[in-house]
Amino acid sequence: MAEKAQTTEKMMHIFFFCIASASITILFLIMIFLFKEGLPIFKTVSVKAFIFGEYWYPTSDPADFGIFPLIVASLTVTVFSALISIPLGVMTAVYLAEIASQKVGEIVKPVVELLAALPSVVIGFFGMVLVAPFLQRIFDIPTGLNLFNASLMLAFMAVPTICSISEDAIHSVPVALKEASMALGATHFETIIKVIVPASISGICTAIILGMSRAVGETMVVLMVAGGAAMVPESVFDPVRPMPASIAAEMGEAPIGSDHYYALFATGIVLFIFTLVFNIVADYIANKYRQVGEASL
Amino acid sequence: MTDNNLKIISANLDFYYNDFKALHNVDLKFTKQQVTALIGPSGCGKSTYLRCLNRMNDLIPGTRVDGEILMDGQDIYDPSVDVVLLRRRIGMVFQKPNPFPKTIFENIAYGMRVNGIKDKAFIESHVEKSLNQAALWEEVKDRLYESALGLSGGQQQRLCIARALAVEPEVLLMDEPCSALDPIATQKIEELIQGLKKEYTIIIVTHSMQQAARVSDVTAFFYMGKLIEVGDTDTIFTKPKLRQTEDYITGRFG
Repeated sequence: MAEKAQTTEKMMHIFFFCIASASITILFLIMIFLFKEGLPIFKTVSVKAFIFGEYWYPTSDPADFGIFPLIVASLTVTVFSALISIPLGVMTAVYLAEIASQKVGEIVKPVVELLAALPSVVIGFFGMVLVAPFLQRIFDIPTGLNLFNASLMLAFMAVPTICSISEDAIHSVPVALKEASMALGATHFETIIKVIVPASISGICTAIILGMSRAVGETMVVLMVAGGAAMVPESVFDPVRPMPASIAAEMGEAPIGSDHYYALFATGIVLFIFTLVFNIVADYIANKYRQVGEASL
Repeated sequence: MTDNNLKIISANLDFYYNDFKALHNVDLKFTKQQVTALIGPSGCGKSTYLRCLNRMNDLIPGTRVDGEILMDGQDIYDPSVDVVLLRRRIGMVFQKPNPFPKTIFENIAYGMRVNGIKDKAFIESHVEKSLNQAALWEEVKDRLYESALGLSGGQQQRLCIARALAVEPEVLLMDEPCSALDPIATQKIEELIQGLKKEYTIIIVTHSMQQAARVSDVTAFFYMGKLIEVGDTDTIFTKPKLRQTEDYITGRFG
């Protein structure tokens, strides 16, 4: 009997090991494929010309493979959506966790979480059909499909995640800390700003990472509402073409093995490095502020 | 004893958690520069009563107070009273050490900062003074800018006492301050209480009879939300008037 139990145990170990290695191997293979298909472009264009080149005319003759406008577009869209979604998400979380009555919180939080379930194409559609004409009319600009609209839509996508996870983090701050602060004569507001938010900063950072990482690599929304012009934007109302939108829009028409095809994969590499750095930095910040735990004895 | 020596008087104090009446008609007086111990079995309402004194229970939804608590003659539950100011006058030390996840220095400076003090030299001198009062200065003076969470439990609790003293309160409430500490740390805190009573009115909730006997001048015995008996600590522990008190003190129940 004991032997049989041990054999089962061993089998389980091997089974789980195989599953785990399969996932990791597949991810690794994807990465290798990405580099294998992307690197050949650098035979035609130098790395510097590719990254800092200002013109993206992949189908002209001679073709220009400069993705600088695409990189700038991705960066600005991410930064602007972060500027919108972080304050919105975190402040909503503070409201739900600290200020709203329990009843309100119980109703509003599931609703916010429900918003996270909206498919990105629906958000893109909303941005295209409703927000774009609105922006065009209000600001009197040539097109409502632009950097600002894309940032706004991406922010909508990130807010539910940021809010929901931040709320959990804020909620899990020990009551003892809040009471300690209030007992010293701090107001509720001072307590929130100086004790509760700092104590939950690691969780809030995690929330921001998860929320923003949904936005960073997001393709459908930027494809639909960013406007698609491969140029360095001069104002927030200029149309832009972020990297994922470019890859998604052009991959279908780029012949396999052509320079255009390689350039798109190389754009993928840049995007990959972009998100990797984003995740590493965010992870570092989250770890730096990690609370060691409640007063340990 | 004249009325001038009375710091806090509670009269006909009832307390409710929603429909549950946790305190019944508590009449109790606290004298300046004395230590009053509140004893009684778990759930008897002594901590609830303590938290009424700085209106900490206001933070719990669904609670209600009837009756009055006078501090220096003013009802602290009067609508005109600013709770924030009130809490600045009544410091509190909690059951479990609860330092902020900040540096030792910032833990002490916090109370002064939220009280609007910006003078750096003043804050620095008061941080040192408070840590000295809490007998912690010598142990932490070289690591003021390290996290308070790195301190031992006993040190953390003394830090919390120093933090409460830094805002110069008039009254110090202590809710079982030694329940999470070892005997050596407990002894240090008790010595501290003896020293602090010269300047403060101290009210301490404790589960330990010995602690109440050692540190307090007056002892109040709570049971089932009622104040059963109050008197000089010596009297309460040697010849209590009521049988119930005697039973509890001698360990026959509780």
